[in-house]
Amino acid sequence: MKQYVMGNGAIALGALSAGVGLVAGYPGTPSSEIIETISKCPHEGVHLEWSVNEKAALEVAAAAAYSGARAMVTMKQMGLNVASDPLMSVAYIGVKGGLVIVSADDPGPISSQTEQDTRRYADFCRIPVFDPASPEEAYEMIRDAFEYSEKYSTPVLFRPTTRVCHAYAAIETPDNYAAAPYGGFERDPGKWVIFPRLSYINHGKIEKRNGEIAKDFSSYRFNTVEGAGTGKAVVASGVSYNYVRECLKGQEGIRLIRVATAFPFPEDFMLKALDGVKEVLCIEELSPYIEEQILKIAGKNHLDLRISGKLDGSVPHNGENGVELCSGILDRFLGIRTALEQADVSDAPALPVRPPVLCAGCPHRASFYAVKQAMKGQKAVFCGDIGCYTLGNAMPLDMVDTCLCMGAGITMAQGMSHMNKDTTAFAFVGDSTFFASGMTGVVNAVYNEADIILCVLDNSTTAMTGHQPHPGTGRNMMGNAVEKVSIEKVLEGIGVKKVLTVDPLKPDEAVRAVKECEQETGVRAIIFKSPCVAITKPAGKCAVDTAKCVNCKKCIREIGCPALITAGGRVTIDRNLCTGCGLCSHICPVHAIGGEQA
Amino acid sequence: MNKDILICGVGGQGTVLASRIIAAAAMDEGSPVHSAETIGMAQRGGSVTSHVRIGGEAYSPMISPGGADMLLAFEPGEAVRNLRYLKKDGTAVVNTTAVKPVTESLKDTGYDGSEMTAYLKQKCSCIFVDAEEVCRPFGSSKFFNIIMLGVAAGSGSLGLSRETLLKQIEKYVPAKFLDVNIRAFEAGTALAGRASGNPKGEE
Repeated sequence: MKQYVMGNGAIALGALSAGVGLVAGYPGTPSSEIIETISKCPHEGVHLEWSVNEKAALEVAAAAAYSGARAMVTMKQMGLNVASDPLMSVAYIGVKGGLVIVSADDPGPISSQTEQDTRRYADFCRIPVFDPASPEEAYEMIRDAFEYSEKYSTPVLFRPTTRVCHAYAAIETPDNYAAAPYGGFERDPGKWVIFPRLSYINHGKIEKRNGEIAKDFSSYRFNTVEGAGTGKAVVASGVSYNYVRECLKGQEGIRLIRVATAFPFPEDFMLKALDGVKEVLCIEELSPYIEEQILKIAGKNHLDLRISGKLDGSVPHNGENGVELCSGILDRFLGIRTALEQADVSDAPALPVRPPVLCAGCPHRASFYAVKQAMKGQKAVFCGDIGCYTLGNAMPLDMVDTCLCMGAGITMAQGMSHMNKDTTAFAFVGDSTFFASGMTGVVNAVYNEADIILCVLDNSTTAMTGHQPHPGTGRNMMGNAVEKVSIEKVLEGIGVKKVLTVDPLKPDEAVRAVKECEQETGVRAIIFKSPCVAITKPAGKCAVDTAKCVNCKKCIREIGCPALITAGGRVTIDRNLCTGCGLCSHICPVHAIGGEQA
Repeated sequence: MNKDILICGVGGQGTVLASRIIAAAAMDEGSPVHSAETIGMAQRGGSVTSHVRIGGEAYSPMISPGGADMLLAFEPGEAVRNLRYLKKDGTAVVNTTAVKPVTESLKDTGYDGSEMTAYLKQKCSCIFVDAEEVCRPFGSSKFFNIIMLGVAAGSGSLGLSRETLLKQIEKYVPAKFLDVNIRAFEAGTALAGRASGNPKGEE
């Protein structure tokens, strides 16, 4: 049947049509919809899970591949950092069933902390990588990835980027899916148990094999050459290939070389593609990986070739490419004009700035506000973490002093407490992040006598990435109701002596809890428990009593809720956004804001 | 037929559903379609765009600046932000009711979209829609995206038939809200007929 799907959906359906038997991952933009698509699609015999983090996901999947089943792991590029420990080792051990690790890169970055390049991991771990340019290709290529994985008994990386993940296209798919049959795990300690001697032997084998894969990739169907032109050629990969094609529409004969398998680099293919070429321009996103490979080839083969790209400043190192940027670069390189005529908007009025903000009624706003109120006038440091609550950094809340990576808030607060004795160190962590990589940090705090106040912002979901369930929600991706893992009990079990649970939408109680913890020392924890507004029915609406309101705008100044707006100079509440959380009514000094029933 | 439609607005306004329906309708009429959406952090009150590309000559998932046949803007400031994507002879369908970001409320700059509307008027051929006014009979802004879709359809420059669009609305909206969505779509179509390129639709 024909389906209109997102790139991530195409990856999911491609994997299902390849008979994948186990899929595991951790949510992260731009990769999250792969697992969500599988969960919504009728299939048989597939084990599907949101694992607790990417490392767990890869280990679960590796064992499936050891057992002969086809397995897929999904994550965003920084998740691959978390999974890099098992990745490096499983690259040495190899697999029996196909193991495909999807790591979605995010040039821009649009929703990420880094602009890292998964192709570098492929090179680092010495395993093949596939780089699709569109959803249609992703569907085909993920199936190739399983084939190659099994052909060479190696895990393979599959690297889409945001613009492929979030692009939509129509794809012809089967109506039903079933996991392929597999043999099951066969005991063979000499093969599956990693030891120095085995790593030494396999290292040699892997390098030899990679030479064979490079040859194999030289005839791979998605490594292509278009246009017979000589002299100048353009090399592109991933979505940049399609940006270049868009720019070159209507231009005749320009040689365009596309590399879909950056590692092991298809050297024979490239040598042939560069025949008769004197100048080559490399257009790729993130790192100049292909450009460096061409430099190597040129050196090795004494090619008389001028190579431009990121390394000579022709293409920016940072940010995503896009048609407009590619058009300018191509025009300079080829001496043509590809840009479309555009309206001159240089005289446009100043545009409103729209940084992402916490939603109206978001309980995180109330939690941050409670801590801010309780700590007014005292020295405190607020270590934030990854999730919607990173947005607590925005004015007027301004409650995030550090944010580094998943789970880091808890451990960084400890370092702060050891080195800044006059400051109360707070760590803010969401429920999903707590399970992903927060728990071990709490063990560290208890063991090493840190002096921190841990604030778990428990909204019963993984909100930022699209409301995925996690161990605390009591629901898993097999559609089953399961025992909820209690954050309270986990903390008590670790040995946190003071664990308070409060509703942040009861501001007085919340402030009292923070003050109570502030009076004590050691590891103290407050669980601010209130569900995400995007997954619950609003409690009602708030409204401003214009007779009472003195228009002091304290509500707007203090909490910056998007539902609080001014119209004709007067404070008013946008009924379409308000959820009736009531935080503003608590702040109003003249009690002019009241609730209405929904 | 090759048609590039850029839908823009603010996270939460329902641009994604509008883009989904246009894409599905084009597919239903037998055209190749591609689209691209803003997903992730920007959805939290940020600027969002959906690029819908109908026809076989679309390679990039996003429309090139100067390439959009239609700009379907759910917010006047966002219309100006994305104006450079519009073709010289393209049409802009623009909601004149501003969505004020928190940053504006804090600084109280008085942003209300009127400056944007005035600017757009000089720059391109526009059909203006006052969201507040058109949503009033529906008692909610929930159906605003379908109204905008109706205006786009009624303008004649979407290149898709009313029937195919309605067929897809039927598929995409919850059954219990189908009637009101159809009425919203019709209200939009009628408004496009009346509109003559000024904010209040006056002759």
